[in-house]
Amino acid sequence: MSLLEIQNLSVRFGDDGAPPVVDGLDLSVDRGEVLAIVGESGSGKSVTMMALMGLIDAPGKVAANRLRFSDQDLLSLKGRQRRRLIGKDLAMVFQDPMTALNPSYTVGFQIEEVLRQHLGLKGKAARQRALELLERVEIPGAASRLDAYPHQLSGGMSQRVAIAMAIAGEPQLLIADEPTTALDVTIQAQIMELLLSLQRDQDMALILITHDLAVVAETAQRVCVMYAGQAVETGRVPTLFDAPAHPYTEALLASIPEQSDNRRLATLPGIVPGRYDRPAGCLLSPRCPYAQPRCTERPALEPYDRGEVRCFFPRNMTPDEAPEVLPEAQRPSQPPGEHHVQ
Amino acid sequence: MLSFIARRVGLLIPTFFGITLLTFALIRMIPGDPVEVMMGERKVDPEMHAQAMERLGLNKPLYMQYLDYIGDLAQGDLGESLRTRTSVWKEFTTLFPATLELAFAALIIAGTLGVLAGVVAALKRGSLFDHGVMGISLVGYSMPIFWWGLILIMFFSVGLGWTPVSGRIDLLYDVQPVTGFMLIDTLLSDEEGAFLDALHHMILPAIVLATIPLAVIARMTRSAMLEVLREDYVRTARAKGLSPNRVVFVHGLRNALIPVLTVFGLQIGTLLAGAVLTETIFSWPGIGKWLIESIGARDYPVVQNGILLVACLVILVNFTVDILYGLANPRIRHQR
Amino acid sequence: MSSIETLPAAEPTAYYPSPLREFWSAFKRNKGALGGLIFMLMLVVCALFASVLAPYNPTEQFRDFLLTPPAWQEGGTSQFLLGTDELGRDMLSRLVHGARLSLLIGLASVVFSLVPGILLGLLAGFSPTRLGPFIMRLMDIMLALPSLLLAVAIVAILGPGLINTIFAIAIVSLPSYVRLTRAAVMTELNRDYVTASRLAGAGTLRLMFISVLPNCMAPLIVQATLSFSSAILDAAALGFLGLGVQPPTPEWGTMLASARDYIERAWWVVSLPGLAILLSVLAINLLGDGLRDALDPKLKNAA
Repeated sequence: MSLLEIQNLSVRFGDDGAPPVVDGLDLSVDRGEVLAIVGESGSGKSVTMMALMGLIDAPGKVAANRLRFSDQDLLSLKGRQRRRLIGKDLAMVFQDPMTALNPSYTVGFQIEEVLRQHLGLKGKAARQRALELLERVEIPGAASRLDAYPHQLSGGMSQRVAIAMAIAGEPQLLIADEPTTALDVTIQAQIMELLLSLQRDQDMALILITHDLAVVAETAQRVCVMYAGQAVETGRVPTLFDAPAHPYTEALLASIPEQSDNRRLATLPGIVPGRYDRPAGCLLSPRCPYAQPRCTERPALEPYDRGEVRCFFPRNMTPDEAPEVLPEAQRPSQPPGEHHVQ
Repeated sequence: MLSFIARRVGLLIPTFFGITLLTFALIRMIPGDPVEVMMGERKVDPEMHAQAMERLGLNKPLYMQYLDYIGDLAQGDLGESLRTRTSVWKEFTTLFPATLELAFAALIIAGTLGVLAGVVAALKRGSLFDHGVMGISLVGYSMPIFWWGLILIMFFSVGLGWTPVSGRIDLLYDVQPVTGFMLIDTLLSDEEGAFLDALHHMILPAIVLATIPLAVIARMTRSAMLEVLREDYVRTARAKGLSPNRVVFVHGLRNALIPVLTVFGLQIGTLLAGAVLTETIFSWPGIGKWLIESIGARDYPVVQNGILLVACLVILVNFTVDILYGLANPRIRHQR
Repeated sequence: MSSIETLPAAEPTAYYPSPLREFWSAFKRNKGALGGLIFMLMLVVCALFASVLAPYNPTEQFRDFLLTPPAWQEGGTSQFLLGTDELGRDMLSRLVHGARLSLLIGLASVVFSLVPGILLGLLAGFSPTRLGPFIMRLMDIMLALPSLLLAVAIVAILGPGLINTIFAIAIVSLPSYVRLTRAAVMTELNRDYVTASRLAGAGTLRLMFISVLPNCMAPLIVQATLSFSSAILDAAALGFLGLGVQPPTPEWGTMLASARDYIERAWWVVSLPGLAILLSVLAINLLGDGLRDALDPKLKNAA
């Protein structure tokens, strides 16, 4: 049984007629697994995780067939029950550490808050534990940092504090939304190393959202590639990189500077469609070099032995590997369970 | 923090001198014969005129007159009221507590109600309450407060008879001016019912005076809260599973209050201006009424140095608010 | 490479409205601002055609009709729709003429503070090391006093009356424009387009008025509407204190000065002029808010 199961998740802002920001996403994560979600800005990766945490406010609407975490149905959780879960078993680290911490309170205060809320620790016990957490995230001079204010910390240290706050409740699943994007290159490796060591020691599942494929190759076990609000391919790590199935994944890999032949970076023409200019057919079709007349219909996400792919003409596959990809409309699906998140 | 304070103090001094220059210049711009102006008398005979010119130093060059003026100020000599023949300073210190008490009451009303209304409006954004708060505060600062005072008097004092029309306390009571603050003095005296009567007299003027600051503070708090609630650290707080109340009041309000504090301070100036009008309507014996009466009576020593004192007061208050703001904002607090 | 025809994506929007249309469509969505605009237009009509619209001369006294109530009350007459004041003057006529006066004061004081204010602000911004600090220090001193008190001081010196009222209010409003213009100029001077202009050889005057100033207009326009409403309030306050426009000229605030004695007997003498002030200022503030929201959403305070 997976730790996290998402089926047909969609998030839309505005009324029901508005095009969704996340469209029919399926995802699952097992205990102790590292899943990477890759995609450009605007692909919907952050929104998905925010929806999971219950951080999407009106006018946003979250709907899914299934949204289960650790045997709990997230769709039907009431506020108080959800708050017992969030920050404890399910935690998140955000992209920009410099703005993620409250500037008016000390580091110690903000960590002890979590300890008090979820573990019932108070006073000296809380302070001691906060100290241990800071040491665990490898902050030098942890004792003095407890009383420091966020503006006194560098980006890397602030992110370590954020990670300390997230793991304070000993979560089963940690979501890291582009944790190193806002940091210096030299710090990035350290933070990734820290996240992985924490993941190993605490046997935590980790969802890593990133647009850095190199990081994915080194850290994740499975990858989900998103494009314009949909998952277009999922697969295991070395295989996906060696033999990408979806044209978009192929293009992503081809655009890494290391892959270039010293002349121009290989790119797809055009840009990611915004919410209102999505094509009727496959979302990549206007830019896809392999587009065919069939691509005027939207393909569904179809599993095959190495993962899943959303394309009528997947790449790098032998004919018997290739799945029978049906257009989306034809795929049987259950009616979605609707819920508005507070 | 120290350099922050030092810089502020450094600004204080030239501003102070600027104000003295301003008041000095203002008096000398009054059309007409300076001796008549200064002495408040008409048609002074030539001999007395010459003596007065000598005595008042009016035949010295301007810059020397200015230096004399500064010298007098430094010694605490602010001149004498032409009407009462009492020292301007003494009149000021006698009347100031009345204004201070009123301003204080108004500030408390405006501060607590304003912040509360602003926070709730931000939390219930778009609701009837929100629109109501915004609407009422818009009317609040569009209103001429002297008219508002008159209307309230018409309704509550004359129409319903709930509150007295003017003054600080009923003449029946004999209260010793120990502190100058009527509320405290009535508690100290053993006149029965005096405290309640004093409170009674203060309600309407305090409400009138509080109206504009209340409106401005409510608006400011609302917009500050709305901005703060969108910040990343509020998202982090929610992601930590904290209760909504804690997110709003511990994480949100603490940061929203920082800009509100600045507005608070700026309202002190509005309060003093408003005091002028409020005291006139309610015959409240404070410095506002004093200044206006002196202007009407052409009591120029009072006008000149009264304005100087009020200006210094405003500058000092703004200075204090600046410092408090620096203390409240951790980034400034920890600057070298 | 692909051998198939490219498939059509969605049609991009091809319609880019002009700034004026964009502004108007944003503005008219704001009901309050529209209401404010309509009321203002009414006031302007009153002001322009006061002599025609007012049934009587505002200073004419009708000795037989002292303190007549408004027409709908007992004792009122349709001769004087809004009643008469303590000297028998028709309230409606006085209010209509008062509109003209208030708009005049507002407009004049705004113009007389806006123009010098912008000039001083430009000077201060373009000369940050020499003229700038001096000008700003002067403005800080002027701002040290609450605006009403400064206006009162100026009028105390110069004497009461319409002209001095306008002058005093103009002086009191000056610092805000200087500060605003200077701040906007300092921001714009850092922008690349100014550097580009300079490189292309633009002189300072040209830079000032043609390149930089138009980009500062939005906050200035908003401030101008705010000053307009403050001007009306301050003029009324001065009138009320007896320091502004003098009777029998029908300025709304001056009308309230004598009304104090009639709270018990004649509510209309007290309420109506103040209501006129309130509605006018409200209308201008709504207009100003709408202007600000439509001109630059970034200026909006998170509404």
